[in-house]
Amino acid sequence: MPNVTPTRMELTRLKRRLRTAERGHKLLKDKRDEMVRRFVLLIRRNKELRDEVEARLEEAMSGFVLSRAVMSLPAFEEALLLPSRQTQLKASTQSIMSVSVPKFQLEVSEDSGALPYGFLTTSGDLDQAVALLTLLMPTLIELAEIEKTCTRLADEIEKIRRRVNALEYVMIPEMQADIRYITMKLDENERGNLTRLMKMKDIIAERV
Amino acid sequence: MPDIAIIGARDAVIGFKAVGVAVYPAETPAEARPLIHQLCQERSTGGVAVLFVTEELYQASAETINTYKDNPLPAIIPIPGSQGSVGIGMAIIRANMEKAIGADILFGERR
Repeated sequence: MPNVTPTRMELTRLKRRLRTAERGHKLLKDKRDEMVRRFVLLIRRNKELRDEVEARLEEAMSGFVLSRAVMSLPAFEEALLLPSRQTQLKASTQSIMSVSVPKFQLEVSEDSGALPYGFLTTSGDLDQAVALLTLLMPTLIELAEIEKTCTRLADEIEKIRRRVNALEYVMIPEMQADIRYITMKLDENERGNLTRLMKMKDIIAERV
Repeated sequence: MPDIAIIGARDAVIGFKAVGVAVYPAETPAEARPLIHQLCQERSTGGVAVLFVTEELYQASAETINTYKDNPLPAIIPIPGSQGSVGIGMAIIRANMEKAIGADILFGERR
Protein backbone atom coordinates (compact mmCIF):
# COMPACT_ATOMS: atom_id res chain seq x y z
CA MET A 1 0.00 0.00 0.00
CA PRO A 2 1.69 3.22 -1.08
CA ASN A 3 1.87 5.82 1.64
CA VAL A 4 0.58 8.76 -0.34
CA THR A 5 -2.62 10.67 0.07
CA PRO A 6 -4.80 10.04 -3.00
CA THR A 7 -5.55 13.62 -3.92
CA ARG A 8 -5.43 15.46 -7.20
CA MET A 9 -2.78 17.80 -5.80
CA GLU A 10 -0.50 14.93 -4.85
CA LEU A 11 -1.00 13.43 -8.32
CA THR A 12 0.12 16.61 -10.05
CA ARG A 13 3.11 16.88 -7.74
CA LEU A 14 4.15 13.28 -8.37
CA LYS A 15 3.78 13.60 -12.12
CA ARG A 16 6.06 16.62 -12.09
CA ARG A 17 8.64 14.79 -9.97
CA LEU A 18 8.53 11.80 -12.28
CA ARG A 19 9.26 14.00 -15.29
CA THR A 20 12.26 15.52 -13.51
CA ALA A 21 13.53 12.12 -12.42
CA GLU A 22 13.27 10.69 -15.92
CA ARG A 23 15.10 13.65 -17.35
CA GLY A 24 17.82 13.39 -14.71
CA HIS A 25 18.12 9.68 -15.34
CA LYS A 26 18.65 10.20 -19.05
CA LEU A 27 21.26 12.91 -18.48
CA LEU A 28 23.18 10.88 -15.92
CA LYS A 29 23.12 7.86 -18.18
CA ASP A 30 24.60 9.88 -21.03
CA LYS A 31 27.23 11.28 -18.70
CA ARG A 32 28.14 7.82 -17.49
CA ASP A 33 28.45 6.49 -21.03
CA GLU A 34 30.78 9.29 -22.04
CA MET A 35 32.89 8.88 -18.92
CA VAL A 36 33.24 5.16 -19.51
CA ARG A 37 34.29 5.85 -23.10
CA ARG A 38 37.04 8.20 -21.95
CA PHE A 39 38.01 5.85 -19.17
CA VAL A 40 38.52 2.96 -21.55
CA LEU A 41 40.91 5.04 -23.65
CA LEU A 42 42.83 6.16 -20.58
CA ILE A 43 43.06 2.79 -18.90
CA ARG A 44 44.57 1.23 -22.03
CA ARG A 45 47.23 3.91 -22.08
CA ASN A 46 47.72 3.44 -18.35
CA LYS A 47 48.48 -0.22 -18.80
CA GLU A 48 50.91 0.42 -21.66
CA LEU A 49 52.77 2.99 -19.60
CA ARG A 50 52.91 0.81 -16.55
CA ASP A 51 54.24 -2.13 -18.52
CA GLU A 52 56.93 0.08 -19.93
CA VAL A 53 57.84 1.69 -16.62
CA GLU A 54 57.99 -1.59 -14.76
CA ALA A 55 60.28 -3.14 -17.32
CA ARG A 56 62.68 -0.24 -17.62
CA LEU A 57 62.69 1.07 -14.10
CA GLU A 58 63.74 -2.28 -12.76
CA GLU A 59 66.79 -2.08 -14.99
CA ALA A 60 67.68 1.40 -13.75
CA MET A 61 67.08 0.50 -10.13
CA SER A 62 69.26 -2.57 -10.27
CA GLY A 63 71.93 -0.42 -11.91
CA PHE A 64 71.91 1.86 -8.90
CA VAL A 65 72.01 -1.04 -6.49
CA LEU A 66 74.93 -2.57 -8.39
CA SER A 67 76.95 0.61 -8.46
CA ARG A 68 76.13 1.22 -4.82
CA ALA A 69 77.64 -2.18 -4.09
CA VAL A 70 80.99 -1.38 -5.68
CA MET A 71 81.29 2.19 -4.39
CA SER A 72 81.63 3.46 -0.86
CA LEU A 73 78.56 5.12 0.55
CA PRO A 74 80.10 8.61 0.88
CA ALA A 75 81.44 8.48 -2.67
CA PHE A 76 78.08 7.29 -3.95
CA GLU A 77 76.13 10.00 -2.18
CA GLU A 78 78.60 12.65 -3.20
CA ALA A 79 78.28 11.66 -6.84
CA LEU A 80 74.53 12.13 -6.77
CA LEU A 81 74.44 15.14 -4.51
CA LEU A 82 74.15 17.70 -7.25
CA PRO A 83 71.56 17.04 -9.91
CA SER A 84 72.77 17.72 -13.43
CA ARG A 85 69.41 19.05 -14.43
CA GLN A 86 66.63 20.82 -12.63
CA THR A 87 63.40 18.99 -13.04
CA GLN A 88 60.52 21.35 -12.83
CA LEU A 89 56.98 20.26 -13.01
CA LYS A 90 54.10 22.44 -13.96
CA ALA A 91 51.16 20.94 -12.12
CA SER A 92 47.63 22.08 -12.69
CA THR A 93 44.23 20.51 -12.69
CA GLN A 94 41.91 20.05 -15.59
CA SER A 95 38.37 18.87 -15.69
CA ILE A 96 37.20 15.74 -17.46
CA MET A 97 33.40 15.59 -17.35
CA SER A 98 33.54 17.83 -14.26
CA VAL A 99 35.94 15.53 -12.44
CA SER A 100 39.05 17.49 -11.56
CA VAL A 101 42.16 15.57 -12.50
CA PRO A 102 45.80 16.58 -12.44
CA LYS A 103 47.71 17.73 -15.48
CA PHE A 104 51.49 17.65 -15.38
CA GLN A 105 53.97 19.21 -17.66
CA LEU A 106 57.60 18.32 -17.22
CA GLU A 107 60.04 21.13 -17.85
CA VAL A 108 63.60 19.92 -18.02
CA SER A 109 66.01 22.79 -18.01
CA GLU A 110 68.74 22.93 -20.63
CA ASP A 111 71.35 20.39 -19.74
CA SER A 112 74.70 19.70 -21.25
CA GLY A 113 73.98 16.01 -21.31
CA ALA A 114 76.87 15.52 -18.96
CA LEU A 115 76.70 13.42 -15.85
CA PRO A 116 76.71 15.31 -12.58
CA TYR A 117 79.94 13.70 -11.36
CA GLY A 118 83.43 12.82 -12.44
CA PHE A 119 84.31 9.38 -13.70
CA LEU A 120 87.18 8.79 -11.31
CA THR A 121 85.38 7.47 -8.28
CA THR A 122 82.20 6.17 -9.85
CA SER A 123 81.30 2.94 -11.55
CA GLY A 124 80.04 2.54 -15.08
CA ASP A 125 76.79 1.01 -13.91
CA LEU A 126 75.90 4.32 -12.36
CA ASP A 127 76.33 6.20 -15.64
CA GLN A 128 73.97 3.85 -17.39
CA ALA A 129 71.44 3.92 -14.61
CA VAL A 130 71.35 7.72 -14.58
CA ALA A 131 70.98 7.84 -18.36
CA LEU A 132 68.15 5.31 -18.25
CA LEU A 133 66.37 7.21 -15.53
CA THR A 134 66.65 10.49 -17.40
CA LEU A 135 65.02 8.89 -20.41
CA LEU A 136 62.34 7.40 -18.25
CA MET A 137 61.31 10.56 -16.41
CA PRO A 138 58.75 11.84 -18.97
CA THR A 139 57.12 8.40 -19.05
CA LEU A 140 56.97 8.31 -15.27
CA ILE A 141 55.28 11.69 -15.15
CA GLU A 142 52.78 10.69 -17.82
CA LEU A 143 52.06 7.52 -15.89
CA ALA A 144 51.46 9.57 -12.75
CA GLU A 145 49.02 11.83 -14.57
CA ILE A 146 47.10 9.07 -16.29
CA GLU A 147 46.98 6.72 -13.36
CA LYS A 148 45.65 9.39 -11.04
CA THR A 149 43.09 10.39 -13.68
CA CYS A 150 41.96 6.79 -14.04
CA THR A 151 41.53 6.39 -10.29
CA ARG A 152 39.50 9.58 -10.02
CA LEU A 153 37.36 8.69 -13.03
CA ALA A 154 36.74 5.18 -11.74
CA ASP A 155 35.51 6.51 -8.40
CA GLU A 156 33.26 9.01 -10.13
CA ILE A 157 31.85 6.47 -12.59
CA GLU A 158 30.99 4.20 -9.69
CA LYS A 159 29.13 7.03 -7.95
CA ILE A 160 27.21 7.98 -11.08
CA ARG A 161 26.34 4.39 -11.84
CA ARG A 162 24.87 4.06 -8.37
CA ARG A 163 22.77 7.17 -8.92
CA VAL A 164 21.56 5.98 -12.31
CA ASN A 165 20.55 2.63 -10.85
CA ALA A 166 18.81 4.22 -7.88
CA LEU A 167 16.78 6.35 -10.26
CA GLU A 168 16.07 3.58 -12.73
CA TYR A 169 15.22 0.75 -10.36
CA VAL A 170 13.94 2.46 -7.22
CA MET A 171 12.75 6.03 -7.56
CA ILE A 172 11.10 5.94 -10.98
CA PRO A 173 9.19 2.65 -10.44
CA GLU A 174 8.07 3.84 -7.00
CA MET A 175 6.69 7.06 -8.38
CA GLN A 176 4.96 5.25 -11.22
CA ALA A 177 3.31 2.91 -8.72
CA ASP A 178 2.18 5.87 -6.60
CA ILE A 179 0.75 7.62 -9.62
CA ARG A 180 -1.12 4.48 -10.65
CA TYR A 181 -2.48 4.09 -7.13
CA ILE A 182 -3.74 7.65 -6.99
CA THR A 183 -5.31 7.48 -10.45
CA MET A 184 -7.15 4.29 -9.57
CA LYS A 185 -8.32 5.66 -6.24
CA LEU A 186 -9.57 8.87 -7.86
CA ASP A 187 -11.37 6.91 -10.60
CA GLU A 188 -12.90 4.67 -7.97
CA ASN A 189 -14.19 7.69 -6.03
CA GLU A 190 -15.59 9.10 -9.25
CA ARG A 191 -17.44 5.89 -10.01
CA GLY A 192 -18.71 5.67 -6.44
CA ASN A 193 -20.06 9.17 -6.71
CA LEU A 194 -21.77 8.46 -10.02
CA THR A 195 -23.46 5.33 -8.73
CA ARG A 196 -24.63 7.19 -5.65
CA LEU A 197 -26.14 9.93 -7.80
CA MET A 198 -27.96 7.45 -10.05
CA LYS A 199 -29.32 5.61 -7.03
CA MET A 200 -30.50 8.87 -5.46
CA LYS A 201 -32.20 9.81 -8.70
CA ASP A 202 -34.08 6.46 -8.73
CA ILE A 203 -35.19 6.90 -5.11
CA ILE A 204 -36.44 10.42 -5.74
CA ALA A 205 -38.20 9.35 -8.96
CA GLU A 206 -40.01 6.54 -7.07
CA ARG A 207 -41.27 8.96 -4.41
CA VAL A 208 -42.79 11.42 -6.83
CA MET B 1 59.91 23.48 -3.10
CA PRO B 2 60.29 20.13 -4.87
CA ASP B 3 57.60 19.15 -7.35
CA ILE B 4 58.37 15.47 -7.52
CA ALA B 5 59.37 13.31 -4.57
CA ILE B 6 60.10 9.66 -4.07
CA ILE B 7 59.90 7.50 -0.96
CA GLY B 8 61.62 4.14 -0.82
CA ALA B 9 64.59 2.13 0.37
CA ARG B 10 67.69 4.31 0.25
CA ASP B 11 69.74 2.24 -2.16
CA ALA B 12 66.93 1.81 -4.63
CA VAL B 13 65.70 5.38 -4.86
CA ILE B 14 68.80 7.49 -4.26
CA GLY B 15 69.55 7.51 -7.96
CA PHE B 16 66.53 9.69 -8.55
CA LYS B 17 68.53 12.53 -7.05
CA ALA B 18 70.50 12.69 -10.27
CA VAL B 19 67.39 13.58 -12.27
CA GLY B 20 66.18 16.26 -9.89
CA VAL B 21 63.66 14.31 -7.82
CA ALA B 22 63.55 14.93 -4.08
CA VAL B 23 64.52 11.69 -2.36
CA TYR B 24 63.11 10.73 1.04
CA PRO B 25 64.61 7.43 2.15
CA ALA B 26 62.44 5.17 4.28
CA GLU B 27 63.11 1.53 5.02
CA THR B 28 59.96 0.67 6.95
CA PRO B 29 56.29 1.66 6.64
CA ALA B 30 56.58 3.36 10.04
CA GLU B 31 59.20 5.66 8.59
CA ALA B 32 57.25 6.21 5.41
CA ARG B 33 53.94 7.26 6.96
CA PRO B 34 54.98 10.62 8.44
CA LEU B 35 56.80 11.38 5.19
CA ILE B 36 53.66 10.71 3.17
CA HIS B 37 51.64 13.00 5.41
CA GLN B 38 54.26 15.70 5.14
CA LEU B 39 54.51 15.48 1.35
CA CYS B 40 50.78 15.32 0.73
CA GLN B 41 49.97 18.69 2.24
CA GLU B 42 48.74 21.58 0.17
CA ARG B 43 51.23 22.69 -2.45
CA SER B 44 51.71 26.02 -0.67
CA THR B 45 52.78 24.42 2.62
CA GLY B 46 55.36 21.98 1.33
CA GLY B 47 53.36 19.36 -0.55
CA VAL B 48 54.47 17.86 -3.84
CA ALA B 49 52.62 17.28 -7.11
CA VAL B 50 53.81 13.77 -7.80
CA LEU B 51 54.86 11.30 -5.13
CA PHE B 52 56.39 8.01 -6.13
CA VAL B 53 56.39 5.26 -3.51
CA THR B 54 58.02 1.89 -3.93
CA GLU B 55 55.50 -0.93 -4.11
CA GLU B 56 56.43 -2.58 -0.81
CA LEU B 57 55.94 0.64 1.12
CA TYR B 58 52.86 1.54 -0.91
CA GLN B 59 51.18 -1.68 0.06
CA ALA B 60 52.16 -1.37 3.73
CA SER B 61 50.93 2.21 4.02
CA ALA B 62 47.84 1.89 1.83
CA GLU B 63 45.66 3.24 4.62
CA THR B 64 47.65 6.46 4.87
CA ILE B 65 47.66 6.84 1.11
CA ASN B 66 43.91 6.29 0.83
CA THR B 67 43.22 9.36 2.95
CA TYR B 68 44.60 11.45 0.09
CA LYS B 69 42.95 9.67 -2.79
CA ASP B 70 40.10 12.16 -3.13
CA ASN B 71 42.40 15.09 -3.85
CA PRO B 72 43.44 15.76 -7.44
CA LEU B 73 46.95 16.50 -6.19
CA PRO B 74 49.28 14.93 -5.33
CA ALA B 75 49.31 11.86 -7.51
CA ILE B 76 50.69 9.04 -5.38
CA ILE B 77 52.02 6.37 -7.71
CA PRO B 78 53.53 3.01 -6.80
CA ILE B 79 56.70 2.10 -8.66
CA PRO B 80 58.63 -1.15 -8.54
CA GLY B 81 61.50 -1.24 -6.07
CA SER B 82 64.91 -2.75 -6.64
CA GLN B 83 63.41 -6.21 -6.21
CA GLY B 84 61.31 -5.71 -9.30
CA SER B 85 57.57 -5.42 -9.58
CA VAL B 86 55.33 -7.28 -7.16
CA GLY B 87 52.23 -6.34 -9.11
CA ILE B 88 50.73 -3.61 -6.92
CA GLY B 89 50.55 -1.15 -9.80
CA MET B 90 48.81 -3.61 -12.07
CA ALA B 91 46.43 -4.52 -9.26
CA ILE B 92 45.40 -0.87 -9.03
CA ILE B 93 44.73 -0.67 -12.76
CA ARG B 94 42.66 -3.82 -12.57
CA ALA B 95 40.71 -2.59 -9.55
CA ASN B 96 39.95 0.70 -11.28
CA MET B 97 38.80 -1.07 -14.39
CA GLU B 98 36.52 -3.41 -12.49
CA LYS B 99 35.11 -0.51 -10.52
CA ALA B 100 34.35 1.57 -13.59
CA ILE B 101 33.39 -0.96 -16.22
CA GLY B 102 32.56 -4.00 -14.16
CA ALA B 103 34.52 -6.28 -16.42
CA ASP B 104 38.09 -7.08 -17.26
CA ILE B 105 38.92 -5.78 -20.72
CA LEU B 106 42.72 -5.62 -20.65
CA PHE B 107 43.93 -8.64 -18.78
CA GLY B 108 41.46 -11.07 -20.28
CA GLU B 109 43.94 -12.67 -22.63
CA ARG B 110 46.29 -13.48 -19.79
CA ARG B 111 43.95 -15.76 -17.86
